[in-house]
Amino acid sequence: MTRSPDFRALTRRQLLTRASAVGASFVAGAGFIAAPDAAWAAETSHLEPSTFATLVQMARDIYPHDRIPDAYYVIAVKGYDSVEAAGRVEAGIAALNEAARGRGHGHYLDIGWERDRVDLLRSIEGSAFFQTVRSGLVTGLYNQKAVWPLFGYEGESFSHGGYIDRGFDDITWL
Amino acid sequence: MSAPFDLSDDSVVVIVGTGAGGGVLANELAQKGVSVVALEAGGRYLPEDYINDEWESFGQLAWTDARTTSGDWRVARDFPGLPTWIVKAVGGSTVHWAGASLRFQDHEWKAATTYGEVPGANLLDWPIDGAEMAPWYDLAEKKLGVTRTNGWPGLPGNNNFKVLEKGAKALGYTEVSTGRMAIMSHETGDRTMCQQTGFCFQGCKWGAKWSSAYTDIEQGEATGKLEVRTKCHAARILHDDSGKVTGVEYFDETGALQMQAARVVCVAGNSIESPRLLLNSASTMFPDGLANSSGQVGRNYMRHTTGSVYAVFEQPVHMYRGTTMAGIVQDEARHDPARGFVGGYELETLSIGLPFMAAFLDPGGWGREFTSALDGYANMAGLWIVGEDMPQEANRITLSPDVKDQFGLPAPNVHFDDHPNDIAMRNHAYAQGAAIYDAVGAVRTFPTPAYPSTHNLGTNRMSERPEDGVVNRHGQTHDIANLFVSDGSQFTTGAAENPTLTIVALAIRQAEYIRGAMARGEI
Repeated sequence: MTRSPDFRALTRRQLLTRASAVGASFVAGAGFIAAPDAAWAAETSHLEPSTFATLVQMARDIYPHDRIPDAYYVIAVKGYDSVEAAGRVEAGIAALNEAARGRGHGHYLDIGWERDRVDLLRSIEGSAFFQTVRSGLVTGLYNQKAVWPLFGYEGESFSHGGYIDRGFDDITWL
Repeated sequence: MSAPFDLSDDSVVVIVGTGAGGGVLANELAQKGVSVVALEAGGRYLPEDYINDEWESFGQLAWTDARTTSGDWRVARDFPGLPTWIVKAVGGSTVHWAGASLRFQDHEWKAATTYGEVPGANLLDWPIDGAEMAPWYDLAEKKLGVTRTNGWPGLPGNNNFKVLEKGAKALGYTEVSTGRMAIMSHETGDRTMCQQTGFCFQGCKWGAKWSSAYTDIEQGEATGKLEVRTKCHAARILHDDSGKVTGVEYFDETGALQMQAARVVCVAGNSIESPRLLLNSASTMFPDGLANSSGQVGRNYMRHTTGSVYAVFEQPVHMYRGTTMAGIVQDEARHDPARGFVGGYELETLSIGLPFMAAFLDPGGWGREFTSALDGYANMAGLWIVGEDMPQEANRITLSPDVKDQFGLPAPNVHFDDHPNDIAMRNHAYAQGAAIYDAVGAVRTFPTPAYPSTHNLGTNRMSERPEDGVVNRHGQTHDIANLFVSDGSQFTTGAAENPTLTIVALAIRQAEYIRGAMARGEI
């Protein structure tokens, strides 16, 4: 895979800033984001609702987990609904829609099959926009404590006294 | 109890770094009555401060100062600004290490002799050997509380170990156990027994794992002979017209430049920072950096041939429960060129949480091939490859011509190209790791690339002859009698074993030498 030099330089900082951002603003927004479908779209402050909806779909197409509700993908990309990021995101999503039109679709969201959306994403995966969104999701999505149980990951155990009496060696199927 | 020393007190030994090398050396010298000032770039965090959350802990402990990378190693592509995963804190990477405490095999002290000519490799025999190191290993194992030594029991095996053990034995491997670990397997007065909590990499909240942060450093401070200055970043080592070092300039917590005078200076900042400090200390008298008449400062950077194999099974494993690295297969650690490479490798259990698995399983990967692997997280087992890599002159730490750190000091560039021997070994280990898991019914296996380096070695290597390396058999620089290297950068070759125990043994031995040399008036 090829990546832009910009991305290479930013990787560590992005990982770190995303990690801390998850603890702060993303979680704070969890309450209303978990509301019924599409309610969140109206809550964007700086992005067009359709842009944000496309971004959420793009996030799910990059890291698809059928057992993970949309709400967690929304939290993962909510940080882009900001003064600083809005311009770049609008431009990135506009380019994505343009690419969709180039393949005979109206918009990215009009593409019915994940396979076809992923083909489109593969064609732009070297772009700074794609890589920013993808690398941000690594922490934005998977560092949400609320999604951990959905993967069977239990997080810290110190407060429970570790696993010494709670199954560190409980495997039975071997 | 910490002893305050005056900046102008030139009777002290100044140690840069407080990890496995510097922290142990500081305590050992203090116990012998030698006055020590230890400069630690990071802050002080103790078990109650450690955070059992991977990214938060990374933010608390990791060394994230500006660094650059080059070379064909995948880390330069995946994590170009983060060549290492090491710690900036009192205790250094002994806060982060997993506790595996293995002695070198005898032949590994003599790699050049044992392996013969390996094209492209800058192999050299250590000037010391296993017999000479045996009593120092004894002391190190006692200090660290290493399981399966001194009559102490091994740790119990967790789920991840049980999968490894069954698969390894099905393949015919026989040297399979929960290993020799510096993690308490029994109750003593000093350290709590392992509570199988996981998060060994994030600092042991029970203090069951040995770290100099809450053992040697505190013991040294209790003597009244050791002062540890935290958030003090060494900038330059100074010397006089005779070529002896006289002190260390450092940036203190406020960013102000200070100078601590010294009778002896010991560098123990890990294999990136130690050569960087020597190179950044270049002067008119030493234009290529201190102790660099051989031209070997910064060269022969080694990081072990590593990688991981993760496997997904039909049923749950919960690999993250319990001691992270208490599981080892040692059959492949032997030297057996019939496998297509020289040297050997260990296979050790390893687990990372979901957040780090997402970052490290296949950096840059996306789509269902990637996410379906994470969907199997609860059913995953994992192991880590630790193998001897070849020292190469061109694998080296240099000063960046344009990138500076937060103090305005030239940042280090870490260059690494895999040697063909490294690649052959890694591919062999990937295949054997996958075979272990396939033998117990793995659904999928993942040959996972190396993480940012945790074992950083060789950049101020030990040599018999001054023209071959930077330090002598005591870690004393060939060029400057009162300048020492006290960390893993003095490794002549890397061996297949996790390096901490050997770093500790060398530090204990070096303390004895320094005290003697001071008493004899040699330094």
